[in-house]
Amino acid sequence: MGFLWFAIISVMLAGYVVLDGFDIGAGALHLFLGRTDDERRKIIRSIGPVWDGNEVWLLATAGVLYFVFPQLYASSFSGFYLPLVMVLWLLMLRAIGLEFRTHIKEKIWASFFDAIFSVGSLLLAIFYGAALGNVVRGLPLGPDHYFFLPLWTNWNVGAHPGVLDWYTVLSGVVALVALCVHGANYIVTKTDGELHERARSTSLVLTPVLIVLTLVSLIATIAIHPGITANFNALPIGYAIPVLVFVCLVAVFIFQRGRHEVAAFVSGALYLTLMLVGAVYALYPVILPAIDSQYNLTIANSITSSYALGVGLTWWIIGMVLVLAYFVFMYRMFRVQIMERHFRPAKFSSRRACRVSQGRKHSARLAFPIQSLGK
Amino acid sequence: MGLAPLIVVLKSIGLWKNDERYNKAARFWAKIFGISFVFGVVTGIPMEFQFGTNWSHFSKFAGGVIGQTLAMEGTFAFFLESAFLGLFLYGEKRLSKIAHWWTGFAVFFGSWLSGYFIIATDAWMQHPVAYHTTADGSVTLSSFWGLVLNPWAIWQYAHNMAGATVTGAFVMAAVGAYYLLSEKYLEQGKIFVKVGVIGGIIASLLVIGPTGDGQGQNLAESQPAALAAMEAHFDTKTADLVILGQPNVENKSIDNPLVVPRMLSFLVNRDWGSQVRGLSSFPESEWPTNISLLYYAYHIMVGLGTIFMLVMLLSGIQLVRKKLYETKWLLWVLLLSFPLPYVANTAGWMTAELGRQPYLVYGVLRTLDGFSKSVSAANVWFTLLGFMGMYSLLAILFLFMVQREINHGPEPVEGIAAAAINAGDAHAARRN
Repeated sequence: MGFLWFAIISVMLAGYVVLDGFDIGAGALHLFLGRTDDERRKIIRSIGPVWDGNEVWLLATAGVLYFVFPQLYASSFSGFYLPLVMVLWLLMLRAIGLEFRTHIKEKIWASFFDAIFSVGSLLLAIFYGAALGNVVRGLPLGPDHYFFLPLWTNWNVGAHPGVLDWYTVLSGVVALVALCVHGANYIVTKTDGELHERARSTSLVLTPVLIVLTLVSLIATIAIHPGITANFNALPIGYAIPVLVFVCLVAVFIFQRGRHEVAAFVSGALYLTLMLVGAVYALYPVILPAIDSQYNLTIANSITSSYALGVGLTWWIIGMVLVLAYFVFMYRMFRVQIMERHFRPAKFSSRRACRVSQGRKHSARLAFPIQSLGK
Repeated sequence: MGLAPLIVVLKSIGLWKNDERYNKAARFWAKIFGISFVFGVVTGIPMEFQFGTNWSHFSKFAGGVIGQTLAMEGTFAFFLESAFLGLFLYGEKRLSKIAHWWTGFAVFFGSWLSGYFIIATDAWMQHPVAYHTTADGSVTLSSFWGLVLNPWAIWQYAHNMAGATVTGAFVMAAVGAYYLLSEKYLEQGKIFVKVGVIGGIIASLLVIGPTGDGQGQNLAESQPAALAAMEAHFDTKTADLVILGQPNVENKSIDNPLVVPRMLSFLVNRDWGSQVRGLSSFPESEWPTNISLLYYAYHIMVGLGTIFMLVMLLSGIQLVRKKLYETKWLLWVLLLSFPLPYVANTAGWMTAELGRQPYLVYGVLRTLDGFSKSVSAANVWFTLLGFMGMYSLLAILFLFMVQREINHGPEPVEGIAAAAINAGDAHAARRN
């Protein structure tokens, strides 16, 4: 039962990273990729229908995590107090930027909201990567299962770590580049014209960088945490994971160059998933490693009662079947709109006004949930 | 949440009578709902995380029970709402009329389901049931249905949802009154006032009648100290109902009292001459921490609830006499009342949460034992100030957005999204 719920939470987390990952990545690249107001509107429109539904996965994952491992939730959320609250602020700012960008039309506010949205997304990507880096590095858990991390101490991996040290910053940078690649791959599939080409070349430039960074972070992880390979040695099939990670990255590059857009996007999603699988594989059955390993939080010492888990499994399965049904239904309903390539440019002459007015109605429908989608 | 059932009502009338005016009204309110929803989401995310960040000892202690309801909210309600709100707001043209009605209903159902899981969580903290204590001192679930069907949850939910509907109804009637008084969008204004007033009558009666009274009975049974503090009833005796007056906690008395004699005895025991247990009979360690604030929060809630009922009944009478749309002073009252249900709902939640003090889980876990001990006070201040700033910004933006939609009025066909995009495109065109 413990293993099953561990797997369920890992899958939900991977779902969140893959889904929200591309809209965070698109957001981080927003200022850079979108050179004109028109292009920026295209980017926002491409993620507008889905970003909010993607974020629901974060809430659902956090809810299930709390339900299954109350001690893990209590320890990690209070221990990561400052960075977590900052993540919340960033999520809020990002949502404000996205929503109001489409509501308020004056030019100066458009660039203001663009900046909020983009900087918020960029910092979020770094924070998420740093958070994962913290978990892999280990935390100063005490015998009471609690800890508190300052934002930074001496930037070193040691007895008194902060949230940010050279290793977690490295993880943050890896996450940022990875999500940027993922976001660029997404934009490639959803747009055409100059923006499409720019996103494609961004992906082609960043993917080799990501290969190098992933390799560096892999070496750094083994260097600071030699014991991390124990599970791999015990069950060597796990060594396939890092190999596949690099295979996926190379596939992103090859597919992107060959203009197999969807295949490139899927390879990028697989890369992110495999990175998480690798981390989870290394940690199991620990769910929050302590620097002093006797205080590790493990599945066994954190899990809730088996009665609750049994009940939970029943409603979780029902819930997920419903969720899949909604998602399939929603994506089918709006597939054409989301895939719409012929976004009408804002430029038009008054002589074409008649045609344009029809286009307006059309683009109004395209606006789908940019304004308001939610949990 | 309060707007959702009213939107379903508008959609239903539109469908049933095949009346485009009601569909138009539903479309307008769906936009207001959409804006409120985004702000609800943005401000709601921190709440789920706050259990862990600021109340980690409570989370650890109670996670075996309330983890259940919180995770169910995420799994069932959030997804339902987010998937169908998009379809409801932007899928009207692609869906059949019946299918679109169902998406509206799904949004309503999702938001009310979400409400139930949250209330069930709070109800367990007010009235812990269906748990047993484990070896490490925390609690674990013993009966799923016991938790979900906690009798406290059922009354609290009914009361809360009726209160939410009062808010929705007042806001709808106020916007209608605003349109009528400013002599624009008259057709829609009348629909808003009519639906708002009828919904308001039903909801404001339900708030007081069975649900408010049911909550009171729950309190009398399970939290008598909280009830005594809410009423500022210090000595055990036949109890008057204090309408106005300032509690003097030091002297255990009420200054400047205006009372209904023996009313509280009747409300609590259905017997005018019965004794009601006073606060003095409880050890001070069981007293709510802030009695004055609790007393005022409760009295503001009840006072406003009574006013809501009177305003709505009066408007209802005028509506039946077909004079409401011309009764300007009453329209003014409806217009100016719109902030009050927000105040009343907030005061109601303050009553519930302050009344539960000094406990997080009533009678089981004290507030002092539940907060995150690893987080220093200075860090909590830092984030509290940050949240205050962020929420102030959000509040301003919310009012600004809603005001824009109201000024823009119900659109003929395309809706505000089209208008906004048209405006944006025209703007861009001028620049080119």
